[in-house]
Amino acid sequence: MERSERLVMGIGIAVMAVFFALVLLLATGFGVDVPGCITEMKPFEQDTVFQTAEKRYEMHVIARMWSYQMPPVEFPVGSTVDIYLTSGDVVHGFHIDRTNVNLMAVPGTVTYARVRFRTPGEYPIVCHEYCGIGHQQMVGVIRVVQ
Amino acid sequence: MELSRSYRNLIRTELIVPIVLLIIGTYGGLMQVLFRAGVLHYDPVLRLLIDTLGAVFGVEALRNIDLQSSIMYYWGLTLHGVLNAIVFTTFFAVAFGNAVVPYFLRLPLNTRVGWLSATVMLIGVGFTAFAMLSGQASVLYTFYPPLKAHPTFYLGAALLIVGSWIGAANWIPLYRRWRREHPGEKVPLAVMGMFATFIIWFIATLSVAVEVLVLLLPWSLGWTETVDVPLARALFWFFGHPLVYFWLLPAYVMYYTMLPKVAGGKLFSDAAGRLVFGLFILFSIPVGAHHQFSDPGIGTQWKLLHTALTYAVAIPSLITAFTLAASLEYAGRQRGGRGLFGWMTRLPYFDRQRWLFSYWIAGLFIFIFGGISGIVNASYNLNLAVHNTAWIPGHFHLTVGSPVLLAFLGMSLFLVAQLSGKEVRWKGVVVAMPYLWLIGVLIFSWGMMRGGLLGMPRRTYLGAGALSPDLQGTPLYRADWAPYAEIAMVGGIIMFVAMVLYFVAFFVTLFSRRVHEAALEFPVAEAYHDEPVRALNRLAPWVVAAVVLIVVSYTPVLIDVVRSSFKPAPAYVPEYNVPEKQLQQMTDQETQGVAKQR
Repeated sequence: MERSERLVMGIGIAVMAVFFALVLLLATGFGVDVPGCITEMKPFEQDTVFQTAEKRYEMHVIARMWSYQMPPVEFPVGSTVDIYLTSGDVVHGFHIDRTNVNLMAVPGTVTYARVRFRTPGEYPIVCHEYCGIGHQQMVGVIRVVQ
Repeated sequence: MELSRSYRNLIRTELIVPIVLLIIGTYGGLMQVLFRAGVLHYDPVLRLLIDTLGAVFGVEALRNIDLQSSIMYYWGLTLHGVLNAIVFTTFFAVAFGNAVVPYFLRLPLNTRVGWLSATVMLIGVGFTAFAMLSGQASVLYTFYPPLKAHPTFYLGAALLIVGSWIGAANWIPLYRRWRREHPGEKVPLAVMGMFATFIIWFIATLSVAVEVLVLLLPWSLGWTETVDVPLARALFWFFGHPLVYFWLLPAYVMYYTMLPKVAGGKLFSDAAGRLVFGLFILFSIPVGAHHQFSDPGIGTQWKLLHTALTYAVAIPSLITAFTLAASLEYAGRQRGGRGLFGWMTRLPYFDRQRWLFSYWIAGLFIFIFGGISGIVNASYNLNLAVHNTAWIPGHFHLTVGSPVLLAFLGMSLFLVAQLSGKEVRWKGVVVAMPYLWLIGVLIFSWGMMRGGLLGMPRRTYLGAGALSPDLQGTPLYRADWAPYAEIAMVGGIIMFVAMVLYFVAFFVTLFSRRVHEAALEFPVAEAYHDEPVRALNRLAPWVVAAVVLIVVSYTPVLIDVVRSSFKPAPAYVPEYNVPEKQLQQMTDQETQGVAKQR
């Protein structure tokens, strides 16, 4: 192989290595992480929300055709919310606008994300996985108040 | 090489049938941008199609079907995805291999086996098309359970895959004979590329065959009650990403072995091509979990491993970018180009005698953006910003939807014209089409990607925009997405016009008068650096290494998926929000009630 080819390959590998380091930094240093494997929590049948500490909440959401079964929620600004999500029927999506919460609700499993709401306002939730012909009606909202 | 009538008709059939189906798929694409932007809420052609099918087959139920806007949208989306991304690509890859392998090895193909393969594939497409066109398979091309399609949908998909296996198996005797008769010689690069394509395809489709034949088909037939959804998803995505390379590699074969010749130069490095195809065999399969970053049931450490492996599969594409640029630079300089960038101006962009060049160069230019956006998708936590948003279709219309599509369209026309003894007609239009597509797809994808970053979801009937008679849209719609849905629509319309021009040129050529003997002659590029690298001449070591890597990367994923899954799910049809079984026990009146809730 020519010198230029070896150089290009070296640069390519180096660039991808830098990207990988940045991904790790984002995950560990800034806590932006993807959902993992939950084996200790069964899919729940009831939605709920409760406070676990000051400005700390836990919320259980069930995605169904074609709405989210979740309590009407209003969190004070600065709250940290642990969200557990399952599906009551088919595969759904759960994407909270302006946050890194981007989950799939898969029947038979539970998934989890933690989010901190730093600014007040309405946070629309969008189902972003096709879930039947009513998919475009599937929305939710989280309100964050002063 | 003598071209038997059977051989010519085999390849022609495998190219023309999917092009005809692509007309439906392309129309489906146009409808989606119009429905998303809210310009249309009703698809008269689909209504006509359903009514005709109902009348022809005497199915009364089809005539009475209530075609709401959303049903039409997801119906068209399923047709668009399956016909364009699965049917067209699979048929083309087999047809192209049937031309490339015998041509480069100078050995005749066994057309009996070839026809067996084509027949199985055609029956498969017939089944799948029946399920989709009769509205019983609106499950999109990913067919995630527990949304259920008619059994013929799964059966058809399985037959299409099995037919493609037979087609590729038919090349193995030629390959073995060639190696026996040419000891120590390098296998032609194009042949190595086609084998790499189908090795990847075979390993990947094993997984989806298990998903379809073991999990979904018995469940769809009612033999089993429930299905394990996380397992089905993992099996699907084991297949879903290598599928991307199955699409891409036939185009790479053209870029490496034909493009330099048509450009008027040489392939910069033969060894680089061999290394690239080997690396694709190695890295294209153990990466599927990067489509499941947002899924439950897979540990983050394994998602991270798949991220690293996906980054590794970017390397062969980066090598390709260099090798092709170097090959084109050589061609440009041969044609009198000077200076650092002068060679770029000398390439045959609009040369009607070298019209294939425009299909490749336009695709390669678009692929720069496709590749970069793909690295974003693969980037673990960065994926949270784009997963399942409109960014994703924005991205893959810059990969499979441009370089792959354009290379396949160009080569389909090239082969059909040659094998029919026709001269390509409307050459001005044929040369211009890829550039029109380029303009369209860049506008479309920019709209989709920008909207996606604002949270606009993919494959969702949004139904509103400033041009909409009903500004409210669907509940999910948000006003800040409207401009981007409209920009995507403008791009989509331009893409549609480009496709119409292609179809017209294709069929005008096909039905024109025969002007010469049927032929099969590829432009074959010599290599500038052609030193033999013995280690790169064999495929087996790559395959062994790939299998090891797959076992290492996928065993923990499958263990996690099984551990996290508590109960399997019953079947649902897309139209109702109660399980299918419950639906069957309800009276008509109760069913109406359920339907109205939606």
